[in-house]
This record gives sequence, structure tokens and C-alpha cells, in this order.
Amino acid sequence: MSNPASTLPAELFACPQCDLLQQGIPLERRGTAHCSRCRALLYRHHPLGLERALAFSLAALVCFVVANAFPLLGMEIAGDRVEVRLIDTVWAFQRDGMGLVAVLLWFATFFAPLLQILALLAILLPIHLGFRSLLPAQLVPLLDELRHWSMVEVFVLGVLVALVKLQSLAQVIPGVSLWAFFALMLSLTAALTAFDARQVWACHAKTAACGR
Amino acid sequence: MRPVTAAACGLARCHACGLLGPLAPGRCARCASPLHARIPGSLGRVWAFVIAAAILYVPANLLPIMTTETLFDRQSDTILSGVAYLWHSGSWPLALIVFIASVAVPMLKLLSLVLLAVSVQWRLDWDPLQRTKLYRLVELVGKWSMVDIFVVALLGALVQLQSLAAITAGPAALAFAAVVVLTMFAAMSFDPRLIWDSMERADD
Repeated sequence: MSNPASTLPAELFACPQCDLLQQGIPLERRGTAHCSRCRALLYRHHPLGLERALAFSLAALVCFVVANAFPLLGMEIAGDRVEVRLIDTVWAFQRDGMGLVAVLLWFATFFAPLLQILALLAILLPIHLGFRSLLPAQLVPLLDELRHWSMVEVFVLGVLVALVKLQSLAQVIPGVSLWAFFALMLSLTAALTAFDARQVWACHAKTAACGR
Repeated sequence: MRPVTAAACGLARCHACGLLGPLAPGRCARCASPLHARIPGSLGRVWAFVIAAAILYVPANLLPIMTTETLFDRQSDTILSGVAYLWHSGSWPLALIVFIASVAVPMLKLLSLVLLAVSVQWRLDWDPLQRTKLYRLVELVGKWSMVDIFVVALLGALVQLQSLAAITAGPAALAFAAVVVLTMFAAMSFDPRLIWDSMERADD
């Protein structure tokens, strides 16, 4: 199966980590290109990369909604049942007088992942439907920046640690949202891995056959 | 053969979209982001963030990150005593994870950033490939230190409504979150291309 978008023509570019000028090479299926001097990952070939990224982005959107609508953890003490949702964890810091940490928490677990999903959809949906993607000049750099600040995977680890810590205190019940968070972590990572900005730019400049 | 860099040819890679183009116009032809051959003021920024993070590292470890109140007593935990609690309660794999994420990683990250900045500042000819790998590692592990903050938030939210116990976040949470964010900014400000630049000048 040959996909013209994924074997971009040989071109000159600079390594982002050591600035070495080098010639791009066409990749074999699922191949990766590394800088010849500092071994940084330059680009990789994904069969149907943008289509996969779109599918996983849509899955991530569904998981995101479920993860935020349902309780994350529940606890039972003496017949009383308490449940917390993601947003309640943000309020905990706000209540204890640390609004700054609350904002950071909200950004890392809610706003940044949401922005990532919406940016992916705004770029990929139009391409799939045969139009030009929306605002790629703003959204592609934004996606790159958000990789550092979106912390869904760190949050999932945090929930697991909290589960163990509470086990001695009371019976803890993992909620629907915990599983949704786990699925969100997997689908968002898969979408971002399959997302290749070089293909987006090639589609945007109409130098490759994309979408319908 | 001498390696040829983009900067040596008057070219620059756009930090935002990756397009290679002439540096002269000052803006990327594709996404209109400002173009720079290297991150402006990279080392100065790295030092500023690293020093601020190192100062906050002290209260982050000495002050309580979490206070547990029950009917009978009140117990304040620092990050380290939290690790000790996990260790003694029998879940040593988790104790190890929390220790690595919240104690070892922030400290190693600070040391690595100092090492990188010093090596570039004084043009030390340490293996540039090893230093670039160290930089990649520092960038990769950055956000995992936030795990303790998330744990405190979850416990604080959950153990609240009962009359039996209440958990509140302590001041170390603010200091610790600041350390994580500042070291992330420091890693983003460091330009790994400077490592290779200093090696080239050493060849002359």
C-alpha cells in the first residue's frame, strides 16, 4: 500500500536538537528517521497516520466526556458513601488556600487534554472531509507545546497511589471515570503518536493527496 | 568532514512548525512565528529557573505536604514520611515509585540542568552525544514529579465529609508544584544545540 503523503519528497532540514543540516530520506513502512549526529528522532512513517490520529482523537473525546461526568473514586465508611469527581480534587486545593496549585491541577488534567483533543480534531477532521485544516499555523505549534503540560498519564498513576494509601482507612471503590481516564490516556497517546505534522503541512500545501 | 549546521548557512528551523528557511526575514514563512537561530538568552533563563527551583526545593521537602486529622490526633506528613508510610504499609513498589517521582527525579533533574548549563557555559568538551541524551531524559521525566500533588488532591477531596478523619493539603504542595513547573521551564529554556555549538568552536 503506498500512501503518497507519508513518503514526502527528499528535502533539506535541520535537526531540532543539534542543528545539523541533512537530507530527508523516504522511509519504509513504520520506519523512523534519526539525526545522523545526535540520534534525535526526526520523523516516522505511519501507514494512514492522519486517519489513525483522527480515529483515536474521536475516541479520546468520548473518553474525556465520560471521565469528567462520572465519579472517579468512591469510599464507604460506616454506611456513608462519598464519591469524588475530577473537579472535586481541584476544589480541595482551592479550599486549603492554594488556588495556584488548583489552577495548575485543573490545567494539567482538564484544560490541556481538552485543548489537545479539540486541536487535533480541528486539524484532522477537515483534512478527512477533503477541506483545508483549520488554523494549522496556530494549532500545530500549540499541540507541540501542550505535550509538556497535559498530564493525564501522571494523574492515572496518582489515582493508583491514592487507592493504595486509602485502602487501610476505608473501602475504596474505583469509579467509572477511572477506567475512562485510563482509556483517555491510551487513546490520546495513540493519537499524538500517529499525528505527523509534516503530513498536515503537505496536505495544507496541497502537495499530497489527502482526505477524500 | 566538518558537519554543516543550519545556523552556519544563515538558515534556521522554525521552533513552532519545523520549517527550514532563511533567518533574515525574522519570521517563519509558513506559520509566521518569530525565527531564532538559537533560543534567545537560553543559558540566562536556565540559570534563573534552576536557582529559583533549588531554593524552593528546601521548603518542598521540609514542610508538611499533607495533614491528617482524626478524632484523636493530628499527623503532618512530609514527602519523605509519606514514602516511609507506604513502605511500612507493605506496598513497597508504590513507595519506590513515589520516592523516584517526588524525591529522586526533582533532585537529579536539578543536578542534570546545572551540569548541562555549566558544560555549555565553560565549553567543556564532554561527550556531546551523552549530554544531548541527558537533556532528552530531563525533558521526558519532567511532568512525572507531579504525581504527589495529584495524590494529595485526591486524598484531600475524598477524606473530607466524614466526621472520622479529614485530610488537608499542606504548604509544601505549593512549593513542590513550583519546583516541578520551574524545572520544566528550565528544561524548555535549555537549547541543546548550544552543546554542539561549543564543540565546533573547540575544533577551530
